[in-house]
Amino acid sequence: MNSSYLSVENVSITFDTDSGPLNVLDDVSLKVERGEFISLIGHSGCGKSTVLNIVAGLLQASIGGVLLENREVTEPGPDRAVVFQNHSLLPWLSVYDNVRLAVDQVFGRSKSRQERHQWTLHNLELVHMGHAIGQRPDQISGGMKQRVGIARALAMQPKVLLMDEPFGALDSLTRTHMQDSLMEIQARLNNTVIMITHDVDEAVLLSDRIVMMSNGPSARIGEILAVDLPRPRDRLPLADDPAYNHYRAEVLRFLHERHARPDVPTSNVGGDDQVEPEERPTRLKLAAG
Amino acid sequence: MRATIIDPQKSFRLAWLQSLLAYLESDRLVQRTLLLIRQLLIPLAAIGLFLILWSAGAASVTTSLGQLPGPAQVWDQGVQLYQEHRASREREVAFYQRQEQRNAARLARDPNAEVKIRPYTGSPTFVDQIGTSLVTVATGFLIASLIAIPIGIVCGMSATLYRSINPIIQLFKPVSPLAWLPIVTMVVSAVYVSEDPLFQKSFITSAITVTLCCIWPTIINTTVGVSSIDRDLINVSRVLRLGWLTKTLKIVIPSSVPMMFAGLRLSLGIGWMVLIAAEMLAQNPGLGKFVWDEFQNGSSDSLARIMVAVLVIGALGFILDRAMLMLQRWATWDRNAVLR
Ligand SMILES: Nc1ncnc2c1ncn2[C@@H]1O[C@H](COP(=O)(O)OP(=O)(O)OP(=O)(O)O)[C@@H](O)[C@H]1O
Ligand SMILES: [Mg+2]
Repeated sequence: MNSSYLSVENVSITFDTDSGPLNVLDDVSLKVERGEFISLIGHSGCGKSTVLNIVAGLLQASIGGVLLENREVTEPGPDRAVVFQNHSLLPWLSVYDNVRLAVDQVFGRSKSRQERHQWTLHNLELVHMGHAIGQRPDQISGGMKQRVGIARALAMQPKVLLMDEPFGALDSLTRTHMQDSLMEIQARLNNTVIMITHDVDEAVLLSDRIVMMSNGPSARIGEILAVDLPRPRDRLPLADDPAYNHYRAEVLRFLHERHARPDVPTSNVGGDDQVEPEERPTRLKLAAG
Repeated sequence: MRATIIDPQKSFRLAWLQSLLAYLESDRLVQRTLLLIRQLLIPLAAIGLFLILWSAGAASVTTSLGQLPGPAQVWDQGVQLYQEHRASREREVAFYQRQEQRNAARLARDPNAEVKIRPYTGSPTFVDQIGTSLVTVATGFLIASLIAIPIGIVCGMSATLYRSINPIIQLFKPVSPLAWLPIVTMVVSAVYVSEDPLFQKSFITSAITVTLCCIWPTIINTTVGVSSIDRDLINVSRVLRLGWLTKTLKIVIPSSVPMMFAGLRLSLGIGWMVLIAAEMLAQNPGLGKFVWDEFQNGSSDSLARIMVAVLVIGALGFILDRAMLMLQRWATWDRNAVLR
């Protein structure tokens, strides 16, 4: 019997492509405790989304499987809510109706109409979107859309919240706001979260553990870094914190020394092509230290 | 620039009204004059130029029916066609009045007398023909939409079904509906036999011909709309475990509505063009028959009358298209789409 809350057990997956079978994941195992915040980091195309989709039930593993509270995951369901990279709100529904659709679907039997209305509003307030409930997705900014996407996922009261690069499409300023919001929500609700990210700072700031994946094909989990920083975390003081910078350096070292992308020239190693230097005051510290 | 982003309220206003409003609101003389020129004067000038070229060109062409009519003659004939219509209506009213008076008189003499009202049998006027054509195209278009939208939705949702139906669609789509006309006529005469028909056979034949050409663009566009739903939205419905019906109603249909309406608009345009030709060929009542009758008639006014019909057909086609565009804008959730 397995005791952890969520466990990914020896998952391998092989896709049939035009150029033959492609083994994307090879024997990936991961145990997640209840209330833990896990980041999944790795180079583009290594299979992070694939891991997340297998946990969500949107993809079926070729070998191995996923257990949630000791029950095998066989299909998608609202107990494993997903926040997609490009928000995926229904564009013809208002912000309220997007969340309400999920609430009605999940709590249609267990809550009264009035309760569902209140629950929808409550979740929109939680992500600070209570002022825009009547707007359509194309009338609000990218950050606001992502907030609504998170509200929709939270409203399902999932056992595990799965986020695939939730802030990847946002500008850096909006992204920091969203990270702060997410930490605030996490402090209140203490959800179990698996989040994919490309951003090293985001991973260190938000996570309890950072799961670093090796390059594909046949990607595995390379290393797991426990981030032992006290909460609540505040990005400004942390920028000067040696422990914080140590964690950052660990992740960078993994990504750029041990698992540098083969198509990236070695002179680039240590430079993250995803993020502009001005967004990262800590890099200077790292170089100096 | 106007209307790159669609505002549903604005789309119901006409461009000239908008420019007039803008004219009143703006207080900068230069700007409002420029706007006026761009939106009002330039189109008017183009129309004026067209009329001048038309009258000049028409004067130099002589046919066996006399000179090709210019705008003035066409206008006169338009007025006359309308007056003929009024006169016919008056005769009709008078006809029924006479009958009623006669019947009343007979009933006064003998309360048990059997009275009946005979229907008026004047030949249809130009305006009647317009009405017939519009009703026919609307009927054919509605039937086609009721058939095509469900087929499009299921084809878009099931790749297997699409693969099995696609060859049929591809085979029949390029066929001019006029090629169907003889078959439709024969089938309708064979199948639609009734003592007291609710609709005339010619009406059914024309409507079915319109249906046959309206079906394809709607099926194809709806299929494409349904099958090109964002994968993420499908994943959302999977995570939410939406049932088949909820998924279809809440996700599949709304997301394909813009494409669906694009198809409907195409269909209606084609249907209108085909209807006129079908009416000419099959001698079914409507504008097409009017044109053909005038052509056969061959009086000195015929060419001008045909031109009136041509202009009316064009104007009605334009109005139908605008009406569909308005519907399309109303139904489209994608506010970034540029619809013209
Ligand atoms: N359905 C599929 N069929 C075939 N190959 C697939 C499929 N889904 C993913 N892959 C392949 O699996 C590999 C990993 O894809 P995945 O989307 O999981 O990467 P990722 O780590 O999320 O990348 P990114 O950071 O760019 O989002 C890629 O090479 C991709 O081409
Ligand atoms: Mg991905």
